[in-house]
Amino acid sequence: MSTITTTAVAPGFDRDLDRNVSLTQTWRDSMIMARRAIIKMRRTPEQLIDVTLQPIIFTVMFAYIFGGAIAGDVQSYLPLFIPGILVQTVLTGASAAGTTLREDMDKGVFDRFKSLPMARIAPLAGALTGDIVRYLIAGTITFVMAFVMGYRPGGGVLGVTATMLLVMACGWALSWIFALVGVSMKSARGVQGIAFLILFPLTFLSSAFVPTETMPGWLQAFVRINPVTHIISAARELCNYGTFGTDGWLAIAGALVVIAIFAPLAVRKYRTHT
Amino acid sequence: MTTSEWAIEAHGLVKDFGDQRAVDHVDLNVAPGIVYGVLGPNGAGKTTTIRMLATLLGIDQGEARIFGHDVVKDAHRVRQLIGVTGQYASVDETLTARENLDIFCRLQGLNGKAVRIKSDELLASFALTDAANKPLSKFSGGMRRRLDLAASLIARPPLIFLDEPTTGLDPRTRAQMWDTIRELVSAGSTVLLTTQYLDEADQLADRIAVIDTGRVVAEGTADDLKALVGTAALQLTLSESGDSEVASGIIARITGAEPTRSPESRRINAPLTDTAVVTDVLVALRERGIHVAELSLQKPTLDEVFLTITGHTAESASDVENEERAA
Repeated sequence: MSTITTTAVAPGFDRDLDRNVSLTQTWRDSMIMARRAIIKMRRTPEQLIDVTLQPIIFTVMFAYIFGGAIAGDVQSYLPLFIPGILVQTVLTGASAAGTTLREDMDKGVFDRFKSLPMARIAPLAGALTGDIVRYLIAGTITFVMAFVMGYRPGGGVLGVTATMLLVMACGWALSWIFALVGVSMKSARGVQGIAFLILFPLTFLSSAFVPTETMPGWLQAFVRINPVTHIISAARELCNYGTFGTDGWLAIAGALVVIAIFAPLAVRKYRTHT
Repeated sequence: MTTSEWAIEAHGLVKDFGDQRAVDHVDLNVAPGIVYGVLGPNGAGKTTTIRMLATLLGIDQGEARIFGHDVVKDAHRVRQLIGVTGQYASVDETLTARENLDIFCRLQGLNGKAVRIKSDELLASFALTDAANKPLSKFSGGMRRRLDLAASLIARPPLIFLDEPTTGLDPRTRAQMWDTIRELVSAGSTVLLTTQYLDEADQLADRIAVIDTGRVVAEGTADDLKALVGTAALQLTLSESGDSEVASGIIARITGAEPTRSPESRRINAPLTDTAVVTDVLVALRERGIHVAELSLQKPTLDEVFLTITGHTAESASDVENEERAA
């Protein structure tokens, strides 16, 4: 431990310093943090158990539970059901974002991130962006299971790819809700509890599993404003017909609204978190 | 825009955690190019003070400037001037040493080849090259601390905060850390370190602030502080512990200062401004028939300084700083 100091350190007074973080730096820092999240994921593969097993079990389970009752038989239920379970699976993956973030933030390394001249949003945006890998795994396995069960999406490869892109992007957007929970709560366990309470209404009070016509009026009202409903409808269109319509735009608009509300709140909470 | 000539300038810093005041109107002025020691027991408010200065924690009252830049209003500029090494290693446990440094290099704006060169250089300087690709879970406490410090030096910051840099290290690693700190200062950096080891402050720091229950209770060079308790200390061990009180009274009368007693070990410790009075003390004790088993005359240690200033020893611990982290 020697010879660290071959050259003199520039004096603190006459340095040329940036007043603020630029947009390019914000992007750069977020990508560095995403890279960090992916390295950590590779190092601890047990983090991927949920997104690997859940689509296998839930896709089969729900298809055979609801299929006969709702659509007469499993085969005719799949076009309705697969896009729904896809969105639900990805959102379940997203709901873990808060817990991961909370556990990560409790470690000393976050002190260093805070002391660095980096974009304040980067540790959050990076972690959430790294999670896209999880959505990709979850989505791929869902489609593989669907294919095995006999689902042949009418939208073809292009439709399925577009569906995946839309659902991953929306999953990223909605994960800001869980990020806010993560930075607001004191313990990882608390975060998990709240995340479930948000996840269930969000996914079940939608058109994910059942047609919404049988629900009471007030519930239908919620289902209609729930961005998840539009994401699912858009995913069905893309998957089954390869078309992108009103629901697609509503899904994207809903995702943007969620980011606009929750990202600033989460960053503010993170900044003031001690 | 820089009007101050101080590396750190803090006025009336206050931080409350609930109804507990962790930092209570702390003033600090640290000149550039020195090691400044903040000395105090656990829970004195050292970590909280550092965290406020390093933009990690909000300030409830008062203000602080780093090289003239306000730590609250101009936090981004301040962050370009500081390196922070926390009491708890601020590195990523699941990554390797190299991966850690790579990420921190990139976050400091380095790119491509420069990342590798900088990481290599730091790994080599801190004797971590062999362990570069091992996960940190296999690292010893000393290695972790070294990596942590290496990560703080990527941008060659002119001001480095070290929060208890040697706590928990073995004596050899501690000596190495001291050498490193001296090298940093000789290269032109300013170092603010906190410590609960008086010896460490004495050895390393050009100036010392003694902090207790959130307040700065004394400030100056090690010699200034020692002068507060007299130029020397008389240590007596009595043959009979029952004589302790009478002996203390005699010493207080002759030296003009209240000695500290530890009756169970029969020891009395008295600050002296004039060593010539030792003879008077001994004569007076013999006249009262008090026998002295052992006697020594010493330059005062910072331990005595601390005891004299705060009324308790530096090692008496409380858990306030641990609670802070939970808050």
